[in-house]
Amino acid sequence: MTRAILAILRRDLAISLRAGGGAGIGAIFFLSVVMVVPFAIGPDQKLLSQIGPAILWVGALLASLLGLERIFGADAEDGSLDLLLLSPLPLEIAAFSKALAHWCATGLPLVIVAPLLGLLLGVEMKGLGAVTLMLLIGTPAIAFLGLIGAALAASLPRAGLLIAVLIVPFTIPVLIFGTAATAAAITEASPFGTAFKFLCALLLFSAVIGPVAAAAALRIGRGA
Amino acid sequence: MRLTASGISCARGGRTLFTGLSFALSDGELMLLTGPNGSGKTSLLRQIAGLLPLESGSIVCEGFEREEETHFVGHLAAVKDALTVSENLAFWVELYGGNAADLAGVLEKFRLDRLASLSARVLSAGQRRRLALARLAAIRRKLWLLDEPDTALDAEGRAMLVGVIAGHRAQGGTVVMASHGTLDAAPSQEISLAEVMRTAAA
Repeated sequence: MTRAILAILRRDLAISLRAGGGAGIGAIFFLSVVMVVPFAIGPDQKLLSQIGPAILWVGALLASLLGLERIFGADAEDGSLDLLLLSPLPLEIAAFSKALAHWCATGLPLVIVAPLLGLLLGVEMKGLGAVTLMLLIGTPAIAFLGLIGAALAASLPRAGLLIAVLIVPFTIPVLIFGTAATAAAITEASPFGTAFKFLCALLLFSAVIGPVAAAAALRIGRGA
Repeated sequence: MRLTASGISCARGGRTLFTGLSFALSDGELMLLTGPNGSGKTSLLRQIAGLLPLESGSIVCEGFEREEETHFVGHLAAVKDALTVSENLAFWVELYGGNAADLAGVLEKFRLDRLASLSARVLSAGQRRRLALARLAAIRRKLWLLDEPDTALDAEGRAMLVGVIAGHRAQGGTVVMASHGTLDAAPSQEISLAEVMRTAAA
């Protein structure tokens, strides 16, 4: 089973990182959002550094929604999805592996560039560390939730918008607890532990529910 | 092993394709599915694979697990352009738990050995089909479901495919193949879906 999981990770990573795979789209979008915000807000350094972590969170959330349709859409198009369904690997495990590969290719780069973009917004050192750590926990949670939308829309062409509309409401708790934990870490006004634990719980919850729900959606969808 | 279908029917988009179809297959058999375009050959193959729900009736497998012993080669080749020819084959071998040691031999058999390190983007339609069919030889599974497997193959490719199917049957494998009769593979049974519809209508 480990061999099959590694095979999916290797393949999906290779496909997204090679030419035309679209791994960079999310990171470029994230960069664009964060770059234009200071121009819209105006040259108020204090305000920017205050709202900086929240902007990083919103940018990362929206960037994570891009490319979700590629998780299953490309496989549905070329017949790979049928073979994935017929493989001895449980579909839930296959879906988990695909979400993990998707996050490594598109989510991890967001986490890596987040501190650099934070500098552009004038976020202080402590805040940079906090927001990066929270994104490290929050973005995979968003990927696992997005997996459900990707599976539901697997057989639909150009389903990116539909997936985003379906998934955004479910990612709101991640955003709430993510920003709350980040703010708590920076200002120390409220206890940091509670929001942080909720964020971790959301990741564990979505890592279990996401693949199971996605596998169910794929099984129902194959008759269509 | 034995595969028994009794009274199965299929409806797609509100239109009944076939009803009351029954057959039984055992080791070494090749069942040929014929019928005009849109008569339900692909749908029947997908039903046997478990990729499409049965409208009615049942398919029973004895002596083997359908989930673990089925190859499905459909119209779509499941080939990724971003990967090389050998990476494409190696992925399915890893996922299906096949023998990864003999990939070079399989690629040579399907005349893809010289293309092994090239991107699958450059393959012609016939070469793409060969790569899809190479899965059959690279991973051992008892039941093969082939949907017009000779599409885009040249004469040599068709002869090789006939040989591969004969070899599989000689080892006790079972094949269900949809075809327009362009492949001379000596079937042991034949189902004409056009006739099934006529009988059902009468």
